[in-house]
Amino acid sequence: MYTQMVDVSEAGLDDDSERQRIFDDKIDRNVTIEPDDWMPAAYRETLVRQISQHAHSEIVGMLPEGNWITRAPSLERKCILMAKVQDEAGHGLYLYSAAETLGTSRDAMVAALLAGRAKYSSIFNYPTLTWADVGAIGWLVDGAAIINQIPLTRCSYGPYARAMVRVCKEESFHQRQGFEVLATLCGGTPEQRALAQDALDRWWWPSVMMFGPPDSESLHNERSMRWKIKLYTNDELRQKFVDQTVPQADFLRLTIPDPELKWNAERGHYDFGTPDWAEFHAVVRGNGPCNRERLRARIAAHEDGAWVREAAHAYAGKRAP
Amino acid sequence: MSESERREWPLWEVFVRSAHGLAHKHVGSLHAADAEMALQNARDVYTRRNEGASLWVIRATDIVASRPEDRDALFSTSQDKPYRHPTHYNVPDGVKNL
Repeated sequence: MYTQMVDVSEAGLDDDSERQRIFDDKIDRNVTIEPDDWMPAAYRETLVRQISQHAHSEIVGMLPEGNWITRAPSLERKCILMAKVQDEAGHGLYLYSAAETLGTSRDAMVAALLAGRAKYSSIFNYPTLTWADVGAIGWLVDGAAIINQIPLTRCSYGPYARAMVRVCKEESFHQRQGFEVLATLCGGTPEQRALAQDALDRWWWPSVMMFGPPDSESLHNERSMRWKIKLYTNDELRQKFVDQTVPQADFLRLTIPDPELKWNAERGHYDFGTPDWAEFHAVVRGNGPCNRERLRARIAAHEDGAWVREAAHAYAGKRAP
Repeated sequence: MSESERREWPLWEVFVRSAHGLAHKHVGSLHAADAEMALQNARDVYTRRNEGASLWVIRATDIVASRPEDRDALFSTSQDKPYRHPTHYNVPDGVKNL
């Protein structure tokens, strides 16, 4: 059992010691914190940042896949992809709603995204060049997201945990459809197999980096784990992702682009190479292959939809009793 | 800044009744300009997988909720009344349909 440390400078221990004690006790007993409960200011701020970034990722994540809706190779694949992209919009909504319970507004969060002040997952700044990329995103990116999100269904903040339950339930088809796209390509012509391998070559490392910087560099790991808004460290989740994905790649008879990848019988895990963290930091800072394009697309969608929002307001205003 | 950006659509809470005869259950929330749009959005977001046979939407500001600080006053008194539960009573061996 860890000690419930209190960050005096941020939590205002002097004024709130009794409330702080009640809060700590709930965290220790795995009683969820609910919107009207007292919580330390830093807990609230960290959650707003974490949940809104998560929401932005869902919304921006619609763009790389949306790119292929009109070009999906069959009507069924098109229906599947539309359903998946529609799910991502819903996930964004669940998460914005969870963040709103902490006292921020959705408009403020969206404004921060469009102004380039808010972050979203680095993975969505990579381009989807071929149809196989749609498969790789479902298999690897959604696979990584599920590993990250399942523990969050047990996180300490009630509305976030409940949003995650819904998201995880809907997410499981996303990963399977992606794997099926690649399995179909792998069972096809040599050119189709090559497409699948090329997609894995380009998406493997960005997916491994989705779990964030290594624990040695991760600034807020310890505090977030104390608060139970993070239940496993970045490196633990990354290891789980590699262990789970390698046998799936073997089944597809695809080669993971990591010469250091090797089963370690002693650890009972795969050993693997070090991602290019310089690339990760560059993408997070806004210099990935598609950062500017993604933001431009979001801004355009927001501005093009302004007349709809205004019309709905005007209509509701006229009909109000 | 346009009119719509100064004025956010109000928040609505969404309740869904499943086809299995259970009561309406809270499933989440959404923003909408009016009740009709709230119902339409709720249908789009919360019932894409056969979840529901009926929808309620209620403006979040219209919900009256108990306060966390009143929890003890409201609920703790029910904790010391085990005789309100059937498990409190002994049923002698051999007695049936009780």
